[in-house]
Amino acid sequence: MAVALVLVLIVVGSVLFHLLSPWWWTPIASNWAYIDNTIIITFWITGIVFAAVVLFMAYCVFRFRHREGNRAFYEPENKRLESWLTIVTAVGVTALLVPGLFVWSRFVNVPSDATNVEVVAQQWQWSFRLPGKDGKLGTSDTRDVTADNPLGVIGGDPNGQDDVVVEAADLHLPVGKPVKMLLRSIDVLHDFYVPEFRAKMDMIPGSVTYFWFTPTRTGTFQVLCAELCGQGHPLMHGVVVVDTQQDYLAWLGQQQTFAQLSAPLQTGSADQAPGKTMASGLKIAAKLETVRAR
Amino acid sequence: MVDITPADGIPPAEVAEVELYHPHSWWTKYVFSQDAKVIAIQYSATATGIGLVALVLSWLMRLQLGFPGTFDFITPEAYYQFITMHGMIMVIYLLTALFLGGFGNYLIPLMVGARDMVFPYVNMLSYWIYLLAVLVLVSSFFAPGGPTGAGWTLYPPQAIMSGTPGGQDWGIILMLSSLILFIIGFTMGGLNYVVTVLQGRTRGMTMMRLPLTVWGIFTATVMALLAFPALFVASVMMLLDRVLGTSFFMPAISEMGEQLQHNGGSPILFQHLFWFFGHPEVYIVALPAFGIVSDLISTHARKNIFGYRMMVWAIVGIGALSFVVWAHHMYVSGMHPYFGFFFATTTLIIAIPTAIKVYNWVLTLWRGDIHLTIPMLFALAFIVTFVNGGLTGLFLGNVVVDVPLSDTMFVVAHFHMVMGVAPILVVFGAIYHWYPKVTGRMLNEALGRFHFWVTFLGAYLIFFPMHYLGLMGVPRRYAELTDMTIMTESAHHLNSFISIMAFIVGFAQMVFLFNLIWSIRHGREAGGNPWRATTLEWQTPQTPPAHGNFGKDLPIVYRWAYDYSVPGAKEDFIPQNIPGSFGPSKEPA
Ligand code: HEM
Ligand SMILES: [Cu+2]
Ligand SMILES: [Cu+2]
Repeated sequence: MAVALVLVLIVVGSVLFHLLSPWWWTPIASNWAYIDNTIIITFWITGIVFAAVVLFMAYCVFRFRHREGNRAFYEPENKRLESWLTIVTAVGVTALLVPGLFVWSRFVNVPSDATNVEVVAQQWQWSFRLPGKDGKLGTSDTRDVTADNPLGVIGGDPNGQDDVVVEAADLHLPVGKPVKMLLRSIDVLHDFYVPEFRAKMDMIPGSVTYFWFTPTRTGTFQVLCAELCGQGHPLMHGVVVVDTQQDYLAWLGQQQTFAQLSAPLQTGSADQAPGKTMASGLKIAAKLETVRAR
Repeated sequence: MVDITPADGIPPAEVAEVELYHPHSWWTKYVFSQDAKVIAIQYSATATGIGLVALVLSWLMRLQLGFPGTFDFITPEAYYQFITMHGMIMVIYLLTALFLGGFGNYLIPLMVGARDMVFPYVNMLSYWIYLLAVLVLVSSFFAPGGPTGAGWTLYPPQAIMSGTPGGQDWGIILMLSSLILFIIGFTMGGLNYVVTVLQGRTRGMTMMRLPLTVWGIFTATVMALLAFPALFVASVMMLLDRVLGTSFFMPAISEMGEQLQHNGGSPILFQHLFWFFGHPEVYIVALPAFGIVSDLISTHARKNIFGYRMMVWAIVGIGALSFVVWAHHMYVSGMHPYFGFFFATTTLIIAIPTAIKVYNWVLTLWRGDIHLTIPMLFALAFIVTFVNGGLTGLFLGNVVVDVPLSDTMFVVAHFHMVMGVAPILVVFGAIYHWYPKVTGRMLNEALGRFHFWVTFLGAYLIFFPMHYLGLMGVPRRYAELTDMTIMTESAHHLNSFISIMAFIVGFAQMVFLFNLIWSIRHGREAGGNPWRATTLEWQTPQTPPAHGNFGKDLPIVYRWAYDYSVPGAKEDFIPQNIPGSFGPSKEPA
């Protein structure tokens, strides 16, 4: 009795929790409402299955609990029932998979009018690079990373000279324009994740990964690192500001290009490597200190 | 559909009776024992001991998450060391060791009607190497720099770099060494379990008469023998990267403004190797639980397991399929996105045999004669928890849905439900079920019920709400949840609630441990077959079973393991070693 009741309460409680609790996703700010819809479909199908199985168990426990003189029914198998259940399950699974794969193909096929934005992660901060007037990002290599050239842009590549470099500061994006985020890391794995955009992807040193999205509303959004990257991982926050076109251009005008950034520093680079002499433990402590202060 | 096999149709034993090793001293009887039953107890006790460490670590983590900023001693460094050790211990050193080394050793020989494992000496070595692996693991708590904080997935490059606790100290070296030892020890035991099931069965025990417990453990062991080598090579290669400076997994890296000496390696290769092991590992833990719970349900519902043949094929099918789904852990790893189509499809296909298992469990309850004993309660709780966790797997397996949810608390909630709590509930049910065979006494009933209710409901209350934090976007492996704009005030309250529940559930485990110890002396006498079960371990002449298990003659098996409530039979169960026909036995041919 009590057991059957508890099983029913688990179903009722879970459903009520789902419907009434205040914990739910953040309001979306990208075109990936498709993903939200797929989640809703999945909630429906799985919720129904969960309720059906547990309520069926509750009924069995109540109806077939042991009483004096009871005897179980001897039935080793029932081919028809088993086939039916298999077919129904296969149909349910297909109903989940097909829309899922459909949305995935959108997710991985980037529209041709998307602009490239590069994100470069390092322990434990985010930097960004936007193509300049030529619309192309210069090539880069981790081995070219120095204090003057924190993103490792290859100096000899003419395409890179006009690239806009945003080091350890906020990224701005214009609303309504699709962007392809090109993701790079110069040290360990990281993951660029903005909950409101519903998208994320790991960044791997030595590779360029990507995802794309279209920001659908203006606002300021927090970037979270979603791949364990060492002690500073939970502090590795960043900011993406989605602007109107006008505000975006104003911001862009204030940024510096790769050429501008590297020119003056080429002479005064005596203090470029204070880290080299520091023990690695101290360097990490110092780095954490700066990340925390931000 | 055959009737029962007539006695003269019983095939001869596949292997002639071998000379058993007989211990001569206290040392060879209880310490360096070659008796699978003693080895099983040794495995179980060691796994429980190290499991308690993992439990305490989970409290420390929950303290930090539930009450951020309150406990200064839980630095991010310490937090990462805690999650890593907690995760690795729970998955490998507790659950794998307990199900295969513990239950496998105790139950396989008894259930197949053998006197012992086929290679008792190697079996003994298996335990001692496992113990060594555990000691190496524990030693990392005392090593300079402490244990590794790389997460239980140990992803390079960070796992061997200085930004990660233990990365440039001893932590990661000891972890990898311990894993290598564990795999060597496991392989010795695993070969034993497989060969014993294939070659050591008593006369009349065909494969299709094996209890599902044996099928589950057997299939899991075969899988483990195929999956662990991937972890083995990955560990060796990472050890070489760390110690000798090779670059298997290490590309060119600029760490804190300094160029490292590595070049050209592939971090993602490690992930493929890890998950080629790691996904089957989930089922290495789950399949023994599936098998055991089937037997618990059948015995305590006094009804044959529904669809035995389907259950066997589902176990084997899940085992095989689980080798082609590994990259569902890597949808957002940056691997080629087209892999997503393939792995999402295989992953959702695996849901079908899994669902069949669930249907057959609940259909076994249908028209049963359900005794709500403690093992049965745990079995019911397992179904609820497993269905819940399995269904959230349909979110994470469906590639595009995984994009927002991966690496969030949703994942933590999902895998705790499905491979943490659900198998542990089976472990508890199994202990309440077989404790009387191991000790001759019943566990205390009142303490058992208390333990059951607190554990089942408490664990549900911990992990069910946690999914919604993940939906909100709260990432996993966050040592600090301060300054998170997505987290509302109430989300922090929810975290505190979860932490309090974690303490309550942990406390209930202490009650369970007390029960285990107290009942050895004070439990009610159990007799040889207190649950009136059909399988061979309950038919031994002595309880606990003596050395050699079955007295002078090995039992001969005449029927499948599920002849409960056979129409026409006097009792509501017919042990496997009882000959004769009782009306229309419908054992599947
Ligand atoms: C009531 C018992 C348990 C509690 C309260 C608990 C709590 C936790 C917590 C707080 C984390 C860290 C979450 C994060 O920050 O990402 C964690 C991680 C983990 N737990 Fe548990 N846990 C419990 C039982 C188990 C069991 C039985 C298993 C066995 C499979 C398990 C396996 C893991 C694994 C694999 C991780 C991931 C570690 C990582 O991210 O590297 N836990 N657990
Ligand atoms: Cu990170
Ligand atoms: Cu998996």
